[in-house]
Amino acid sequence: MTATSPSSGTTRRASVAPPSGVFSNPRRLVVRVVATVVIGAILIYLPQYYPAFRVGQFNTVICFAIAALGLNLLTGYNGQISVGHGAFFGVGAYTTAILVADHGWPHFATLAAAGVIAFVLGVLVGIPALRIRGLYLALVTLALATVFPQIIKRFSDVTGGAQGMRVPKFRAPDWTGLKDDQWKYYVLLTCAVVAFVLVRNVVRSRVGRALIATRDNETAAAVLGVNLAFYKVVTFGLSAMLAGMAGSLSVFNDPFVNADKYGINLSIFLLVAVVVGGAATIFGPAFGAFFIVFLPDWLPKSYPQLSPVLFGAALILLMMVAPGGFLGGVHQLTAWAKRRLRSSSGDPPAAAASPGPTSGTTGPGDELA
Amino acid sequence: MELFLDRLVIGLGQGAIYALLALALVLIYRSTGLLNFAQGEMALFSTYMTWQLIEWGLPLVVAVIVSMILSFIGGAFIERAIIRPVGDVEHNPLSIVIVTIGLFLAFNALVGWVWGTDGRIFPKALTTTLNLGVTTVSWQTVVTLGVLVAELVVLYLVFQKTKLGLALRAVASNSESSRLVGIRVGRMLMFGWGLAATVGALGGSLYASTLTTLDPSLMAVLLIYAFAAATLGGFDSPVGAVVGGLIVGVVTVMAEGYISWIGGDLKLAFAFFLILVVLMVRPQGLFGKEQVKRV
Repeated sequence: MTATSPSSGTTRRASVAPPSGVFSNPRRLVVRVVATVVIGAILIYLPQYYPAFRVGQFNTVICFAIAALGLNLLTGYNGQISVGHGAFFGVGAYTTAILVADHGWPHFATLAAAGVIAFVLGVLVGIPALRIRGLYLALVTLALATVFPQIIKRFSDVTGGAQGMRVPKFRAPDWTGLKDDQWKYYVLLTCAVVAFVLVRNVVRSRVGRALIATRDNETAAAVLGVNLAFYKVVTFGLSAMLAGMAGSLSVFNDPFVNADKYGINLSIFLLVAVVVGGAATIFGPAFGAFFIVFLPDWLPKSYPQLSPVLFGAALILLMMVAPGGFLGGVHQLTAWAKRRLRSSSGDPPAAAASPGPTSGTTGPGDELA
Repeated sequence: MELFLDRLVIGLGQGAIYALLALALVLIYRSTGLLNFAQGEMALFSTYMTWQLIEWGLPLVVAVIVSMILSFIGGAFIERAIIRPVGDVEHNPLSIVIVTIGLFLAFNALVGWVWGTDGRIFPKALTTTLNLGVTTVSWQTVVTLGVLVAELVVLYLVFQKTKLGLALRAVASNSESSRLVGIRVGRMLMFGWGLAATVGALGGSLYASTLTTLDPSLMAVLLIYAFAAATLGGFDSPVGAVVGGLIVGVVTVMAEGYISWIGGDLKLAFAFFLILVVLMVRPQGLFGKEQVKRV
């Protein structure tokens, strides 16, 4: 059992196999290190450059990115479509709001509580989800998303209901010398980096291959010894946990919660973020979160009623042009460009003879195609 | 007892509306294996069309019929222009879900853009009630139930007694073989979408005439009830959708009335609970056929 990792996982997702190529190929290693340093520097510099309003938007992007990351683990890698993660996000947000406002907990402690509660709820939803597949699961989770605000309203003595509740602000400690919005940004960014690294490692491990094998062919995965029920339920729990922690962090950023913030639209936007960014890619959700926060900003403002129409239309168009989402599309383009380059340089043997990372990293684009 | 009968009648009236939208969902599911998240919003758009036609001076019945014809064309067009290019649902369910969600958002926003978000007053055709001795039934409910039954009969006749219906059923059962025997599969899918949009238009218009005002947020909740109805009846059975709709209508009204802590707020949660229980206990629904998956 130890050695029999599902073969479909390793062959179909060559890019998640241990990337030994990075170390055997020093040029790639250098490119990676430089890219990481440059992107890291930009991310760290951003809140110094932009005004508080923009930084607040970036903070929202980070929260959505973490939630979409969790949803991607479930929907992208494990193939369980959820249109209800807004509810877990909301559970996390309310956990933090209630504990901070009514019980005087420090913000950071509530983050852990939100994660635990969302994990338990995720497992509870994940167990019936074992018997519900594909579009039915999408439907049940959609119903969950619709029901959540109503439950919040029903128990308005604890939650504040439709009026909502205000939470004490998450302030920057004096020793940092940062403004509140910058402090929030760095805290959120740190959490996001930790979450992305953890998910990346999970996906590239044996567990990740089991998840992908389950998505691609449940029967085959079961035959190969993957414990379907266990993996599916735990994935649901982890995915809900990330969404819940993202919701908790969103209250760090914006200290106001009300029932209608966590309705069906939030759930839809999270799924949109996953698919637009690129399902089953590590960084896709980050791009997707950026897209859903900033696209309404870029759409023409002269007709405010028109922009959601365009948003829907853009979504449909994207699915027609690049069903693999943004990153899927980029991978397709680079693969195409590489093929063109090779064929035009008239050196096919060299290309065919290098089985290394170049031919191995066709990436998530094709596995979605 | 009188209260119970009143609630039963109200429940049946609401259930008939759920059943009409559930029928639309079932029609698309049967022909394409797809759950159309935009079905409610498409019906909303059709309902606004009906309202607009009435506003332009058409009599109610004519307006509904014209709106149904336009919806048929629109539904068929959406299948051809938007759904088909994305690919089939077996192969890529996530893309299809996103596309129907895109349609959901676009149609909802379109209604807001064209007609504004303020409530519009939809004319009430029937305000009188029918006295049955033990309870009174509004004519509205009677007509809604009558339309529902008539629609079911028409659909049954079309599907079971015509060549077109045979072709539709053939495509639903095995599209590849249908293509081989010369059925134009694409046309049948367009027809299926058109039919669903038509049924949705009728349901939406009837629903609107029971309400005081028409506004863009009308359908999102109705869609969940319709999903519950279709799940309960079985997604591949039109009769199931109708029976499921009536049961969901009656049960939610009874739960709201008799179990005080459910009340109006948790009525929807109750429908959700119902969906969950059905899927756990009998995933194929009351009237659905069990699906066997082969390796």
